[in-house]
Amino acid sequence: MSAATIVNLPDQKTAVIPKKNYINAEDGILSWLFTADHKRIAILYLISITFFFLVGGTFAGLIRLELLTPQPDLVASDTYNKLFTMHGIVMIFLFLVPSIPATLGNFLIPIMIGTRDLAFPKINLLSWYLYMFGAIFLSAAIVLGGVDTGWTFTTPLSTHYLNTHVVTAGLGVFIVGFSSIFTGLNFIVTIHRMRAPGMTWFRLPLFVWSNYAASVLMVLGTPVLAITLVLVVLERTIGIGVFDPTKGGDPLLFQHLFWFYSHPAVYIMILPGFGVISEVMSTFSRKRVFGYSAVAFSSVAIALFGFFVWAHHMFIMGVSNYSALVFSLLTMLVAVPSAIKVFNWSFTMQKGSITFETPMLYALAFIGLFTIGGLTGVFLGSLGMDIHLTETYFIVAHFHYVMVGGMLMAFLAGLHFWWPKLTGRMYPESISQLSAVTSFIGFNLTFMPQFMLGYLGMPRRYHSYPPEFQVLNVLSTAGATVLGFGFLMPVLYLLWSLKYGKIAGNNPWQATGLEWQIQSPPLTENFIEMPVMDHEAYDYEWLAHKTEQEVTTVG
Amino acid sequence: MHISPVLWQFLVKWLNASALFPREASTIAPYTDALYFFLLLITIVGLTLVGALVFGFAIRYRKERSPIATQVEGSTLLEATWTIIPLALFLICFVWGALLYFRIFNPPANAMNIYVVGKQWMWKAEHQGGQHEINSLHVPTGQPIQLTMISQDVFHSFSIPDFRVKREVIPGRYSTVWFEATTPGTYHIFCTQYCGTKHSGMIGEVTVLTPDDYKKWTEESTSGMSLAQNGERLFASMGCNSCHSGSATSRGPNLANVYGSKLKLANGSEVLVNEAFLRDTILNPSQHVPVGYAPIMPTYQGQISEEGLIDLVEFIKSLKTNYRVQQTLTTSESNQVTPQDTTGVVKP
Repeated sequence: MSAATIVNLPDQKTAVIPKKNYINAEDGILSWLFTADHKRIAILYLISITFFFLVGGTFAGLIRLELLTPQPDLVASDTYNKLFTMHGIVMIFLFLVPSIPATLGNFLIPIMIGTRDLAFPKINLLSWYLYMFGAIFLSAAIVLGGVDTGWTFTTPLSTHYLNTHVVTAGLGVFIVGFSSIFTGLNFIVTIHRMRAPGMTWFRLPLFVWSNYAASVLMVLGTPVLAITLVLVVLERTIGIGVFDPTKGGDPLLFQHLFWFYSHPAVYIMILPGFGVISEVMSTFSRKRVFGYSAVAFSSVAIALFGFFVWAHHMFIMGVSNYSALVFSLLTMLVAVPSAIKVFNWSFTMQKGSITFETPMLYALAFIGLFTIGGLTGVFLGSLGMDIHLTETYFIVAHFHYVMVGGMLMAFLAGLHFWWPKLTGRMYPESISQLSAVTSFIGFNLTFMPQFMLGYLGMPRRYHSYPPEFQVLNVLSTAGATVLGFGFLMPVLYLLWSLKYGKIAGNNPWQATGLEWQIQSPPLTENFIEMPVMDHEAYDYEWLAHKTEQEVTTVG
Repeated sequence: MHISPVLWQFLVKWLNASALFPREASTIAPYTDALYFFLLLITIVGLTLVGALVFGFAIRYRKERSPIATQVEGSTLLEATWTIIPLALFLICFVWGALLYFRIFNPPANAMNIYVVGKQWMWKAEHQGGQHEINSLHVPTGQPIQLTMISQDVFHSFSIPDFRVKREVIPGRYSTVWFEATTPGTYHIFCTQYCGTKHSGMIGEVTVLTPDDYKKWTEESTSGMSLAQNGERLFASMGCNSCHSGSATSRGPNLANVYGSKLKLANGSEVLVNEAFLRDTILNPSQHVPVGYAPIMPTYQGQISEEGLIDLVEFIKSLKTNYRVQQTLTTSESNQVTPQDTTGVVKP
């Protein structure tokens, strides 16, 4: 990479980590388990979700290994079904949904809006405990023998035809749901009530806007999932007959209820990622985000439209042709705000002064992969095309482009970007850049062949497949291996950097957000004196002016 | 480097056997592929545009060449451009997709009906003429085929990728899909909705035959009893004919010519009698009492298999007069009077 960087580290010979900070404010494991500090809770979440990401990733690896050959030879069919079910449940409910909001959001939102903590610190801690409690249920379901409903819990399969731990897993997801409701509620109240003086809505960083939009979805959508799962559990245990056609129930009702949550859930997962990309693109282009209000309002538009497109998961399920028309049209509308965002991010680079540190590389990877993910979504929203493509590997590739190519890349961009703030130390730059490039290549090699498999008609969730699909599957598994290395590297070098990383100083990126104007790692109270916001977000002139007048004090 | 000729042969064969694009074997396939290529074009153009912008800016405005950034607020004109152009493109995709959807899901009037019953983990096809198949389906070219499908247990989905058709097979509800095959050959049938342990084993083959071969096949593989004939037998053995005898004084409504008619119900609504209505009335009679009749019919939920229901529906569809119903009734009554002949009658 080029020599031009914006990294501005203090002199490593004299620099030290601030004597007082949130990490060393109190000692002992209990001080972490009973903390009410949003930063410490964020770290608890970060450790938990990383663990479950590795669990889910292991399942994914086993799935790809099985699919190396057309025959069902590595594991038994039931085991395979459990693998993809648990891959989905773990990745969605224990990793993707909480990933950015509960870690980076938890850590940064109070600091970004200039306050000491979230509105309800104890509820914030409770939300982590609920997450762990639900995760214990899900882990129990896995350890006791697994669950094989598919992450969608489709009835009547889940209620009448399986002998696995459906109830345990359902309760686990139910409980984890409350953790995300509490997180969302906390964010909404905090963003409404606790902004610093002068921090008007249109001075908020876009990360806050997108987390706000995601929070609204969490609070309004998750209860519907909770109700649905309760109905599934009741149907399974005492046979209430809401979904069972032989008792006058309607199996399609389950699909409606489930997707009423699970489509907005897609936006719960991706919106916070959008926020990260806005921050990163701006910082590494040294330029304010192009069309701030368009980006902010497009988040709100996505949240709003996101609630009215759920039936696009059901186009071939015998919904009326006319309701399919309406849902297809709304799906096309929800694609527009995403396009607006992509163009605004691209134009943020225009006339900038761009450097390519790791967060920027991940962000650029995000833009490319999310564009593919978004445009292939239009294939699926287009009614007639959906008939051929739905339930095949095309849809698998599509949502992995959005969820992994989009969300996970954004998470890694954010994690690298704020790592100096979280820990006070830098990650190692060259190897991180290598991991970003490796992930990008591995990702495309894994999922690009799956688009072709999908058009060929290879159904998803197949343990064995016709031999003519093997070449593409081998490519995909090869890519998954590369991708696995790409994701494993950050886990290792970030751990290494906790002890050996360079000391970062307050503002290694010369970024404008309030979080960069305080020490790294921050004090428990965040700010020594409460900030007053007297400038727009992403105001680099303000920053330059401030830096000129300031005597550099480090340590 | 030396590659063993055996390995080389294997690789060449393996690569040649791999599929990259599905065959176009139905009249629908070219329409689907046209839309696919249009969408692909949009994707490539969109991706190229975004890629050009990102790479172009990344090179032009990298720090070495552009040490100082120029702050820009934004541009309403540009925002409008990239709102309206994508919106217009997406709306074209919507309209095109909708037209295709209606083409795939609205069968032509002359379509030949075949019933498909899905169950864990097999497909059963029931032809009008009494041909029964498992995990295979024989159809002629040049003839629109409508599949009327139902699941006996969980959600399944019937997919023939080379025809570009697919439809969910739902428990307790008929769903339909149609196609017209163009090229003789065999093609995959997949179940694409996850349905339990052997989901990936719920596959089959559709064999497309020329009309002559198809005729030969139907003659060779019939079970000798058409669906309607099976239904007639079931109608008598379940005792349906004792109420639905067609006489003016009978307790149940006359079923001759009821299919396709508009029926007035006791709750005041009017319904079109189709396959789904007939099936549902047998299972939930109290929901569909015709005006002028008492709600006395018992439910047959759990007593008749989906195949049996299909037979009954086909029988009622074929019922033009009540002559044979009454004849059967007289015969079975005389059977009960003369208990010497006990075939088919269970003694109390």
